[in-house]
Amino acid sequence: MMIIRISDDALARALGADELADAFASKGHEVERVSSWGMHWLEPLVEIDGKGFGPATLEDVDDILNGEADEIAIGEIEQHPFIARQQRLTFARAGKTRPLSLQDYEATGGWSGLKRARKIGSAQILDEVTQSGLRGRGGAGFPAGIKWQTAAKTPASRKYIVCNADEGDSGTFADRMLMEGDPYLLIEGMAIAGEAVGADKGYIYIRSEYPDAIRKMEKAIGLSAGIVAPFELEVRVGAGAYVCGEETSLLDSLEGKRGEVRAKPPLPAIEGLFGKPTIINNVLTLAAVPHILAEGGASQYEKLGIARSKGTMPIQIAGNVKFGGLFETAFGLTLGELVNDIGGGTESGRPVKAVQVGGPLGAYIHPDDFGIRFDYEEFTAADALIGHGGITVFDDSVDMGAMARFAMEFCAAESCGKCTPCRIGSVRGVEIIDRIRAGGRAPDHVERLDVMHNAPRHGRSQEQEIGLLTDLCETMKFGSLCALGGFTPFPVMSALKHWPEDFTKAAAPAEAAQ
Amino acid sequence: MSTKEHKIGEIVAEHHRREGPLLPILHAVQDEFGCVDAESEALIAKGLNLSRADVHGVVSFYHDFRHTADPRPEVQICRAEACKARGVEDLMDEATAAAGERVRLTTVYCLGLCSAGPNARVGDRLHARLDAPGLAKIIENA
Repeated sequence: MMIIRISDDALARALGADELADAFASKGHEVERVSSWGMHWLEPLVEIDGKGFGPATLEDVDDILNGEADEIAIGEIEQHPFIARQQRLTFARAGKTRPLSLQDYEATGGWSGLKRARKIGSAQILDEVTQSGLRGRGGAGFPAGIKWQTAAKTPASRKYIVCNADEGDSGTFADRMLMEGDPYLLIEGMAIAGEAVGADKGYIYIRSEYPDAIRKMEKAIGLSAGIVAPFELEVRVGAGAYVCGEETSLLDSLEGKRGEVRAKPPLPAIEGLFGKPTIINNVLTLAAVPHILAEGGASQYEKLGIARSKGTMPIQIAGNVKFGGLFETAFGLTLGELVNDIGGGTESGRPVKAVQVGGPLGAYIHPDDFGIRFDYEEFTAADALIGHGGITVFDDSVDMGAMARFAMEFCAAESCGKCTPCRIGSVRGVEIIDRIRAGGRAPDHVERLDVMHNAPRHGRSQEQEIGLLTDLCETMKFGSLCALGGFTPFPVMSALKHWPEDFTKAAAPAEAAQ
Repeated sequence: MSTKEHKIGEIVAEHHRREGPLLPILHAVQDEFGCVDAESEALIAKGLNLSRADVHGVVSFYHDFRHTADPRPEVQICRAEACKARGVEDLMDEATAAAGERVRLTTVYCLGLCSAGPNARVGDRLHARLDAPGLAKIIENA
């Protein structure tokens, strides 16, 4: 009998990991369901004595057991270049532990951050989180220590810790993998946050599209309740609204309202959930905390990275890419290294045409600009954003005009409707892009009326429509209440800037992305 | 008292002590009846001492909640950027044909399996690395 390790991550399960596990079990072997290593092109990955086989199918079971599966053998998993090149702090347990096993968690240093936090007390926790340089991993990159200090020094009868697990960005899956693979790490991070600001209640708001993560977090909360007590945790399930990933809209949703964005100030750290001081952080931010709170963790974290981007970032390599998955590394790698060296270029084998970094609101980056380093400020300077660290690769078959149109369409579908630039601008954006792609437009009925003596009679040329789109994007960028309307111009304008031919070549609007 | 009234009363009673109970209640009602219709909205509003407009505003805001039940099986297909990059749009004609009137195809934006698209979801079961025949098979078995 052998011990066979197979991931129970949602991605592995979607590719048949459960059936594979059953097949090994039915042959009398012991199957351990562990977290995923994050090498998604190899899932389902079968591990025996540290050696990997993937992607494995039911037909490979006998070959693997008989030592004849050379074609899918990858050797020692830890030595695999994709793993060996990483610096894993947040995902240190990925692939190695059983997600819900308290025993595995403790044996790998679990709860030591919380124990130490309880010993050193609030002031020093705040100092160390600030010293580590940890910034919010959800997208905005706001220093976590400052947020925590604000909540800590605001007097209130009750305070909350809220975890934003509404990971709606396409091309991102690190929150999901963490909740499914190492749920106690998030619980520990939240308990430490509670200790730091004096909160005894925490909510984890998980999107409804993540059934596995919801199930695992609920189980993990039940199993660890005694350890984190008196701190209490509860999972709340979203209802399919992308905008609820915006922190204030998430708070309204938690309160049982429409997920509409709140105007800031007041900051959630002062008046957040139910009007009480609230720390709201992304999964990855909170999950980085136990490491920082371990002995000497803060200074170790602070030494990693470049400039003001400290520590490590779990980068998610997705889309049309050969070696997709989770790659955690210190800030500072170039985009080219991530896409071409680590990601291996496109899966289709065609040239890379564009890369979108930071989800649906992130800019499309041209391969000519692949020298850009993974750093918050460097991306901002290039009119781009790191966001939640998702990289989506496109090959040369992509129509960037259609992708720009989709960005506007997505914004229209997901806008909370509170502010005009986002609610109406996104709809107008789709229409203008359609007209650009149709080559401009003829004068309309009203313009042709006799009484409209000042109206232009010549319709609008393609160039004028492009001018209008640029103008609209400026308005959305500066006039929207939150990042949804404010950042939708990034993908649109970057696509227009780098691939204008995809907008102007004769293409029927009907061909655009549905 | 109708069965519906009774059941919704039970659901409200189960959740109403929680902070911000409306979303958990709406999820529970939709799980039970397949939708949150006007009658349910009124019953929930009464139970939580909210106006019907408040409840309707919330129900209509979120993509997950429906006003009418649809007995057909549902297949969700991700059509966000990463799945587009992996060719989901090319599968849609065949998928629509396979679905016909029998299966309801819905668009979701991201199931979080972005390195292995195109992806679909049926109930709580996820499917990744789909090609046209693979997706058609899922739709047929839905």
